[in-house]
Amino acid sequence: MNFFNRVLCLVAFFAAGVAPLLAADTARQVIVKAIVTEDSTEKRTLIASLVGQGDEAIPTLLDAWRKDLLFFYTPAEGAKIAVQLVGEKDEAGAQSAVRVDTGAPLTGPSGQPRRLVAGDLTPVDHNSSLRRAMKAVLDLLDLAAPDPAKRIQALQTIGQTQDAEKLFALEARLKLEADPHVLRILREAIALIHLKDAKTEVRLAALGELKELHTLSSTDFLKKILADAEDAKDAASASAARSALVAVERHRSAVDFFGTIFRGISTGSILLVGALGLAITFGLMRVINMAHGEMIAVGAYTTYLVQNIFGAGITIPFFGLNLHLGGLHLTGSAYQWYFIAAIPLSFLTAALAGITLERTVIQFLYRRPLESLLATWGVSLVMQQILKLMFGSNNVQVGSPTYLSGNWTVNDVLLGWNRVFVIGFGIVIVFGMWLVLTKTPLGLLIRAVMQNRAMASCMGVRTTRVNMLTFGLGSGLAGLAGAFLSQIGNVGPTLGQNYIIDSFMVVVVGGVGSIVGTVISAFSIGGIDQVLQQYLPAWAPGLGWVPGIGSFLQNLAQDAAVFGKIMVLGGIILFLQWKPSGLFSTRSRTLDE
Amino acid sequence: MSTESLPRPPSARRLELTVISAAALFLIVGFPLLHAFGFVSTFTISLWGKYLCYALLAMSVNLLWGYTGLLSLGQALFFALGGYMHGMYLMRMIGDLGQYHKPIPDFLVFLGWTKLPAFWEPFSNFPFALTMVFLLPGLIAYVFGYLAFRSRIRGVYFSILTQALTYAASILFFRNNLLLGGNNGFTDFKFILGHSLVDRETGPATLRGLYIATALTLLAVYLLCRWLNGTKFGLVQQAIRDGENRVLFSGYATTHYKLFVFVLAAMIAALGGALFVPQAGIINPEEMKAQNSLEAVVWVAVGGRGTLIGPILGAISINLLKSWASRAFPDLWLIMLGGLFILVVLFLPGGLVSLPKRLAPLWKKLRAAPTPSSDSQPSTLNSQLPR
Repeated sequence: MNFFNRVLCLVAFFAAGVAPLLAADTARQVIVKAIVTEDSTEKRTLIASLVGQGDEAIPTLLDAWRKDLLFFYTPAEGAKIAVQLVGEKDEAGAQSAVRVDTGAPLTGPSGQPRRLVAGDLTPVDHNSSLRRAMKAVLDLLDLAAPDPAKRIQALQTIGQTQDAEKLFALEARLKLEADPHVLRILREAIALIHLKDAKTEVRLAALGELKELHTLSSTDFLKKILADAEDAKDAASASAARSALVAVERHRSAVDFFGTIFRGISTGSILLVGALGLAITFGLMRVINMAHGEMIAVGAYTTYLVQNIFGAGITIPFFGLNLHLGGLHLTGSAYQWYFIAAIPLSFLTAALAGITLERTVIQFLYRRPLESLLATWGVSLVMQQILKLMFGSNNVQVGSPTYLSGNWTVNDVLLGWNRVFVIGFGIVIVFGMWLVLTKTPLGLLIRAVMQNRAMASCMGVRTTRVNMLTFGLGSGLAGLAGAFLSQIGNVGPTLGQNYIIDSFMVVVVGGVGSIVGTVISAFSIGGIDQVLQQYLPAWAPGLGWVPGIGSFLQNLAQDAAVFGKIMVLGGIILFLQWKPSGLFSTRSRTLDE
Repeated sequence: MSTESLPRPPSARRLELTVISAAALFLIVGFPLLHAFGFVSTFTISLWGKYLCYALLAMSVNLLWGYTGLLSLGQALFFALGGYMHGMYLMRMIGDLGQYHKPIPDFLVFLGWTKLPAFWEPFSNFPFALTMVFLLPGLIAYVFGYLAFRSRIRGVYFSILTQALTYAASILFFRNNLLLGGNNGFTDFKFILGHSLVDRETGPATLRGLYIATALTLLAVYLLCRWLNGTKFGLVQQAIRDGENRVLFSGYATTHYKLFVFVLAAMIAALGGALFVPQAGIINPEEMKAQNSLEAVVWVAVGGRGTLIGPILGAISINLLKSWASRAFPDLWLIMLGGLFILVVLFLPGGLVSLPKRLAPLWKKLRAAPTPSSDSQPSTLNSQLPR
């Protein structure tokens, strides 16, 4: 939401709220008039006049009225006053009273605030037609809300119900509304209401309008109109509805297409982020680290811890000991920094865990890859269980900072901020890795040791240290992935298990040892997965030709998420027939590698 | 790696045969007799039945990993597939005794089916189900193995791919749309071949029969592996493990050998699964998780890979430990399992079977101090052989 729009909205809001003020009484005074008058028709007229006003007192007062919280108070001297009772009851059952007409506290003769008991007063009465009038006001209230999202929601509700009574309020808004998104929804709502109009030319105009707007939400109405028009042999309406429907469907397929592309890129970057650490430990070092997933979980739990330390603190039970971490009790924007703080910390924690793992287990197994697979699986079991003992076996809540929550809607394509962020993060991290590996002395050593450990050692490189640091780097990247994945999925002790197989697949398909291959394969797998998920249900009926199990397959393909995943895995196996060592294979003259 | 194929001194061979025959005799005859006379509870005998099924699974892992050098993480899939094929027969045998009293399995009624899906139809026939126990896992192993070995996927890549295969299958079996019971799988079995599994009177006898069948199958598979080991095929198999390229360049089509072993191992695992289901009383997709494959690998590693008796020993001992520890220390069991695995991989690559051999020098030293050793410990000789 850009600044300019906000300003426009504010202007619109004030215009809507102030205009009636100049002309007549304030909303509070109108309500008092409605309360006081005896004539029920006039009561309704007065309440209906509140429609479209943005005064914040309207919802509270009308709501209080409906819930019997408005009362008449007759002081010893003078006429009765309408009051609202608010606040806690004291021992005597009395509450503080607020005057309806001014919103100020009710005062006694000497100026002290009066406290009244609800039972002593006459409640302001209301009947069903009055309540309906109030509800209409409340429904339309959001039309002038300062938040465009609220206005959109209110307009959508009105449009879906096709309530002709609200047409005049909408048309009044049409002149005031400045936000283009809201305006589009507003026009849609008006057109939808016009669809029910008795006059054919109004309906046709509305269909033309809907065709121009081609909003996704109008589909069902258009289909209904089309069916009705065909029943009634109304050729003009039918063709108008049909062309509007075609426009909507064309728009929908475009939205689906771009949405799929976005989701594919986003899934790809999630895979990439999960697999990059593995591309180092498995790709460069040839160590099968089955505990890689747990390194991701370590990163995610670090984020959780940092979040709690920025907040109220946390107590971790561990083998009978209770480790208490005090909280900083930050609020507001200072608290929102926790995620930024968690990023380097999760890298460090996971890197430390990785270095410990390398020193204690993996350094003995460099020459025995199958054994390192088995031993690290043992490590992953132990780590999962320790996480379970420390944080419980249920998922923990990792909140999203405000800048990562919400969506960014571009022309009906929904882009989640967290996903946009992961894409950006993926790009940054690949670039960072490329810098580290090619432009730093450490990167030079890493590449030397990974290419030929013995030769590097002969040249005086301390290979054990380089091994340790490389493994730490790979694990740290997994930790970073954990910090970001905590914003996308659940954080639980088995978090790593969800990513480990996918990550291995990405690295194997990309070609072990090739970072570029990893990037390309992550995006290809992510893209294919999302395309299958989006379009499999549509393609499923085409599976009927398979003899014997055709209908069974059709049924199964409806489960697009699972069936798509299985097809991707099957595709990977077939792909490896064609390129057994992945997309980018490192050439080597050695036979046994 | 292994000394199994090297000639052993006759005394060692005799001792080994005696121990194995005694153990087999006890497991096949003695244990069921104890149960028949009421010394052993029905729970215990079907628990041991399950252990022996796991031993079959471990044998299949060992055939691949211990003897051919192929670390397959998909054996749990074949185990579970065998279980599912047999489970389908057992589900049909429930007849209309289910909760809905319909002639089709309860979960199908729940999903809104009124008649049996076509592919369920033939499973009412036991011979067909038994054929499928071998055929389906064998077929999947054949297709997957053909594709994998043809493109020379080996080592850890093979492990990762088999793990992915297992993962794909498990998420598929979790779906209700597959019409195989979704995440609840099959349970509440009532009859097998006309014998009741749940009847108070005849149930224990049926379970005893199943136990004996399992023990006999295990013995048969053991003998098969033992025989296979001595043949030229077995030697080529082990040569592939120790240096595949040399075997390839000597003119052997290693792909065919590996494919044969992979399919055979899948069938052994499937047989284990088929025997497992009526004794455990349930089969669900949990059984085919990749973790189960890895656990089976742990049994083999702990028992001693590349030996005939190691996997059986490992499967039974780890599962005994699991039964005890997961009740005594439910929180720590996984840490114990993982830790045990790390320790075995790092410090005892030969597994439990190699323990006597490793301890022999120590034992000799201890014995040598008071009196000169007079025993003919078979393993002392072995320990002098190059490893």
